[in-house]
Amino acid sequence: MSPATLHTWTTIFAVVLTATAGDILIAGGMRKLGDLDDIRAKSGLLGAIKAVLSSGMFLIGITCMALSFFSLLFALSDADLSLIAPATNSLTFITTTAAAKFFLKENVDKRRWLAALFVCAGVALLAR
Amino acid sequence: MQHTLTPRRWLVLVAVMLGASIGDALLRIGMKHLGPVSLNNLSALFLALKSPWIISGIIVLMGFMASYMTALSWADITFVLPATAFGNVIVTLLSKFWLHEQVSRSRWLGVALIVIGVGFVANGPSRTEHAGIEVEAIP
Repeated sequence: MSPATLHTWTTIFAVVLTATAGDILIAGGMRKLGDLDDIRAKSGLLGAIKAVLSSGMFLIGITCMALSFFSLLFALSDADLSLIAPATNSLTFITTTAAAKFFLKENVDKRRWLAALFVCAGVALLAR
Repeated sequence: MQHTLTPRRWLVLVAVMLGASIGDALLRIGMKHLGPVSLNNLSALFLALKSPWIISGIIVLMGFMASYMTALSWADITFVLPATAFGNVIVTLLSKFWLHEQVSRSRWLGVALIVIGVGFVANGPSRTEHAGIEVEAIP
């Protein structure tokens, strides 16, 4: 593997890692918070926004998403969008599914794994 | 546990799918009007904030984020994520029939794979129930 490809795949790995962490943290934060519809019905839209913004997990998740965005820009600075976009988009589906099973203890049955694989392949084809 | 969704919740999921794709399409139209932005001239991006296309795109994407987080508050991420991918299908249809862009055969194959993938989860339960968490009643 040449240094250039190593560099490209390191940045792709960084984008996927931060995007997965962001997704899992935001999902975990929302789950802990409970049904947002109920919160909004009880304390209004402002109350719901306040509840979301006071969730530590959500804030760390958003920070990860921002890091992911900047890693993406960094990755794009020396590699083609036609490689970066399908690679990061589709890999994130697989890593998020695995992380949701491991960290959020979601019931990822055969059906959901198949869905993740199909969607991953589909997104890779679309993003080229 | 089979966990069915109320019509209202399906509506939120539809907003998740449509929001991302319509928002992206609006941003793309706005950026097309603006022309290419080079890395040496990033300040041109601030001009984009004056475009009504870009502004409406950002507003739609904020709506998307709100519906996405609402969906995550009552459904698994492994259920919601394929739904967001369905947005790509809508983007492809929009770029074909609204923006009249050329859509290659491999992209249509991608569309088909995503539709099949989403079909797999849409029929399943939306949420994993963990011991100790009350199962809410669906009206």
